[in-house]
Amino acid sequence: MNVLQINNLNKSFQNKQVLKDISFTIKPNRIVGLLGKNGCGKTTILKIVNDLLTKDSGSVLVMGNPISVETKKLISYLPERSYLDSDSKVIEVIKFFETFYSDFNKDKARKLLKELGLDENARLAKMSKGMKEKVGLVLVMSRSAKLYVLDEPLGGVDPATRDVVLKTILSNFDDGASMLITTHIISDVESILDDVIFINDGKIILQGEAETLREEHGASIDEIFRRLLK
Amino acid sequence: MGFNFKNDTPIYLQIIEEIKKLIITGKYLPEQKLPSVRDFSASFCVNPNTVQKALLELESDGLIYTERTSGKFVTNDLTVIENAKNEAIVKLTLNFLNEAQTLGITKQIIIDIIESESDL
Repeated sequence: MNVLQINNLNKSFQNKQVLKDISFTIKPNRIVGLLGKNGCGKTTILKIVNDLLTKDSGSVLVMGNPISVETKKLISYLPERSYLDSDSKVIEVIKFFETFYSDFNKDKARKLLKELGLDENARLAKMSKGMKEKVGLVLVMSRSAKLYVLDEPLGGVDPATRDVVLKTILSNFDDGASMLITTHIISDVESILDDVIFINDGKIILQGEAETLREEHGASIDEIFRRLLK
Repeated sequence: MGFNFKNDTPIYLQIIEEIKKLIITGKYLPEQKLPSVRDFSASFCVNPNTVQKALLELESDGLIYTERTSGKFVTNDLTVIENAKNEAIVKLTLNFLNEAQTLGITKQIIIDIIESESDL
């Protein structure tokens, strides 16, 4: 069964159509990159999948179920902007997640915090942007979900930390689960992607297996995308 | 760690080369157990399916084998490892010669350089 199946998805804000006939599927055990420039519609797709926006038309199925409270249990979502209360300590946020999500593994979260060098007694307000992002990532990766949805997970992370974050992503998602990652800096995540979906101006302009595309074009995914937008 | 992949070649081919190198140079000894797919994936910072594909290919080349329950191991067949080593040397040399040719360097110049650097 497909982890995510989107067919002919359309969405407009007032008079502007932001998603035009979007269709793609995510099979189990795949890491999929949703790639495009800022403002191309990536986050809108993620918000619809996470029931934060409603679609105008088309269908969105998560493990065969239409979007509902039930599908929220299957998805672990890292939004681009943190919604965590910055007056909280990290450990308080961990406890909050433990109460909120039945599939949250507190021990795993504490282990990951340690691995990423984060102090669980620190207050979020005192942390840098990159540190807060890592806390968000730890929370999301400590759930045992079917689909992990990460919106720009490397946004505030410096290049030296990039590999650590990618490693955390790679070693902490469940077998049989899949991942949908958005980024506008393709080279950052290129090596971990199974499949890529290029979006421009609300439309899918190319999708396929990353290795096949590299072979066919004799170029990196990053380079292919640049050529497409020329 | 991670390593720098070239952009224009499929990543699984580059992983094959990388693991081959580790076997040829004896970093992984015959019959030694290999890291799991997940460990490779984390240490190379690449997708697990890409690692899986590379390992399958190495297995069909006979450089590694699977023990049904306990994982993947380096072959104990020293000839296979020796052949892989020779292949690597030939490949390296041919790549070099191609490059030299595009620079218009003759065989004699190369031989002269090798001889003057004979303490290598």
